[in-house]
Amino acid sequence: MSAILSIEHVGVRFGGLVAIADLHFDVHEGEIVSLIGPNGAGKTTAFNVMTGFLKPSQGEVRFRGTSLRDLPPHAITRLGLARTFQRTSVFPDDTVFDNVMIGLHRMGAAAGRVPVIDALLGRAAAGERVVRARAEALLEWVGLAGRAHEKAGALAYGEQRLVGVALALATEPTMLLLDEPVSGMNASETRVFVRLIRQIRERGVTILLVEHDMPMVMEVSDRIVVLNYGRLIAEGPPDRIRTDPAVIKAYLGQGSAARQAAAAIKEAAHA
Amino acid sequence: MNRLLPLALLAGLVAMPLGLGTNPYLLNALIVTGILTIGAMSLNLLLGFTGQLSLGHIAFFGIGAYVSALTSLGFDVDLGLGLRVVHEPWPAWVGFLLATVAAGGCGYLIGRLSFRVRGAYFVIVTISFAEVVRLVALNWVELTQGPLALTNIPPITLGLPGLGMWTLKTKLQNYYLVLTVGTLCYGVIARLVGGRFGRAMRGLKENESLALSVGINATRTLTVAAVISAAMAGAAGSLYAHYLRIIDPDVFLFATTVTMVIMVVAGGKSTLMGPVVGGLIFGLLPVALRPVMAPEAQWIVYGLVLIVILFVMPQGIVPGLSALLSRRQARPAPVLEVNPAVQR
Amino acid sequence: MNELIQHLVNALILGGTYALLGIGLTLIFGIMNVVNFTHGALYTVGAYVMYLAVAALGLNFFLALPVAILGGLLLGVAIELVLLRPFRGSDIDTTMLVMIGAGIILQSGTLWTFGGVAKAIPSPFPEAPLQIGPVSVSWLRLFVLGAALTLIALTYALINRTKLGLAMRAAFQDSDTAALMGVDVRRIYTATFALGSSLAAAAGALLGPVYVVFPQMGGLAELKAFAIVILGGLGNVTGAAIGGFILALAEEFGAGYVSSGYRDAMGFLIIIAVLLYRPTGLFAKAERIG
Repeated sequence: MSAILSIEHVGVRFGGLVAIADLHFDVHEGEIVSLIGPNGAGKTTAFNVMTGFLKPSQGEVRFRGTSLRDLPPHAITRLGLARTFQRTSVFPDDTVFDNVMIGLHRMGAAAGRVPVIDALLGRAAAGERVVRARAEALLEWVGLAGRAHEKAGALAYGEQRLVGVALALATEPTMLLLDEPVSGMNASETRVFVRLIRQIRERGVTILLVEHDMPMVMEVSDRIVVLNYGRLIAEGPPDRIRTDPAVIKAYLGQGSAARQAAAAIKEAAHA
Repeated sequence: MNRLLPLALLAGLVAMPLGLGTNPYLLNALIVTGILTIGAMSLNLLLGFTGQLSLGHIAFFGIGAYVSALTSLGFDVDLGLGLRVVHEPWPAWVGFLLATVAAGGCGYLIGRLSFRVRGAYFVIVTISFAEVVRLVALNWVELTQGPLALTNIPPITLGLPGLGMWTLKTKLQNYYLVLTVGTLCYGVIARLVGGRFGRAMRGLKENESLALSVGINATRTLTVAAVISAAMAGAAGSLYAHYLRIIDPDVFLFATTVTMVIMVVAGGKSTLMGPVVGGLIFGLLPVALRPVMAPEAQWIVYGLVLIVILFVMPQGIVPGLSALLSRRQARPAPVLEVNPAVQR
Repeated sequence: MNELIQHLVNALILGGTYALLGIGLTLIFGIMNVVNFTHGALYTVGAYVMYLAVAALGLNFFLALPVAILGGLLLGVAIELVLLRPFRGSDIDTTMLVMIGAGIILQSGTLWTFGGVAKAIPSPFPEAPLQIGPVSVSWLRLFVLGAALTLIALTYALINRTKLGLAMRAAFQDSDTAALMGVDVRRIYTATFALGSSLAAAAGALLGPVYVVFPQMGGLAELKAFAIVILGGLGNVTGAAIGGFILALAEEFGAGYVSSGYRDAMGFLIIIAVLLYRPTGLFAKAERIG
């Protein structure tokens, strides 16, 4: 297995505050890796660095050997690295179907063509049918076909998450970053989502996810990377992370939510 | 909105002179309304579809008017440092093309700018741009005649080699010219908005980070929208110059931008028909009001109507009406489908 | 050299009224998040109230000034209650369009009422200017500067020394938290808009007698106020005060040494230059008002 994504000694500082210090790990092709840690550990910051929304103060991220240092977000997506967002995962005023159509932006772009000129000459019409068919297939695949003509902003929270995943998949990624995908979902929705993640991986997409739901993380991950105060404190398969004293200590040092998570880790260990 | 409505409206406008005759007063009102409506349609591309509130739109219109007029009139300007530029008059249709290109070029600058400055700052910067251009038109007397106005602008001449030439002197000819250009602009906008480019604009407007993350290039999308929008406004300005055959720096007045904004907002921003409906209403409203009230009072009515519409129909007339219509004939709810692979 | 000093003095005098205009606009933006497109109309109204009081009613010049300020204040209260309060919670673009509509109504209303012919406001000051060395200043302009500086000082005192000012500063920081702390945010908004409006009217009432009064005078004043506010950073009161003087200097020297025709272009060139260099204004880092 070769590394598809390499985080190479990445550091992020906001003024005097160190959000991430010397973060260094790899994700291998075909893996499902989780990035966990207490609130404020720098997980979302790390995601933002990996997807070009934030420039690191030091170090760099490489995706399939290419440095992402000077690439804007849309260019990183075009390399095959897609992401979802924690809160705002949809285009709220459009229907679910149109959301996916927007997400299929890259699909209409045959090499070297200018979309505006295509549109004006009507050359886009034939391609448009293919794109629509693809959007329908994607919605079917994530289980949202029945919601296709509803406004995305009016969907339930969990369903908006699914739209977010469909949007990310629309870019035909080879790797997918999921930012807290199951937060706000109930137990049965989470189960369905875990199945979906596995199906995505079976299609050859590598997955890195940030998540607070410990049972879910333990169930789905091949490997877990733990951050605390912007530093990597542990890395390894779920079994080892469960019993890692540094990890349990990090969670116990936090507020009640984190203590619950720590309890969940232990519970998962006994399960 | 119904697909037939634009076609029906177009047919009505084409037939109108046949039915209502060629009353010059009415035709004049329709021509000016048509020109402003083209301006409003182009403004809608920025204001409605990309969500960038540009209040300097009149700059593109005025630049189009001046470039077209100066191209067809010729000029002789001393730039200082021994540089003297002499331009012999060219045909008016060349002026029209140059006006479109020049305004589009200015649109490129504003489009790039919209990335550096956002929100209220963008609004103010666009107003400032329009004011600077107005002051240049007012003060560069050698080129523009300043407040004395550029006069005797030739009408547009159209022709095909071997078929003959037509100089569009009459109001009726100009009416059809404006209608043709307007229909073309509508078609171009409809094509753009309906496809991939339109979806990119909507995505950026609704959720910029998410749009970037699905691979949409924000800078390019907004810049292209601004260029097309400005070029259309420039074309409208050129039509204006060659129809009135006289222009002065008052073409840059902020009030004209406001008129276009009212047309877009009242008709329904980010809809195709909105600016057309709004343009016809607010373009022809003065004609209806003129016999009963003074121009100042008309403007008061304009202001009131704008506020009332924002109160009652914040989406504008076209979306408001189509919501009413669709409520009456509600479509059956889509059947819930369940994916066997992912049971919910 | 003498010419330079004369220009500086002129700029100082003009700057005072510009600062008034800018402070009013920036307060409204900072606290209410409203881009006030009635600011120019309020400036015009201030000038016309001054004209009505002095020329038509024969009121004493110095008494007419507070009357004009009061007029602006009342009109501001009315605009806030009728037009802004119902739109609270709408996005900034919507309130901007509402204000544009209101500005049109006010400006056209003035034109309808008073006609398009410019009016002059008689001033009680001697015609002969005050001569200090090579510099000459009209007594009227000196009074205008004094009055403007007094009003700026009063505004600062209001913001920094009174309970109302404290509540305004709280609302500026975070209106939700201010509401939780028992501040009646709706009343603060009304007070803020009234204060900003009265400052705009004051600027009009002060500059009206210096130049002439005409219905469109507010248009350019409004755009200049935007320039000043951009210079100072939106919502920054001290920035707006400084911005007023910078704009006056730029105009005075631009008109004196470049071309008088482009005097009014200076503000806009400054806006464009400032925003290209620093997209959030020159003094945008300031966190609180006052």
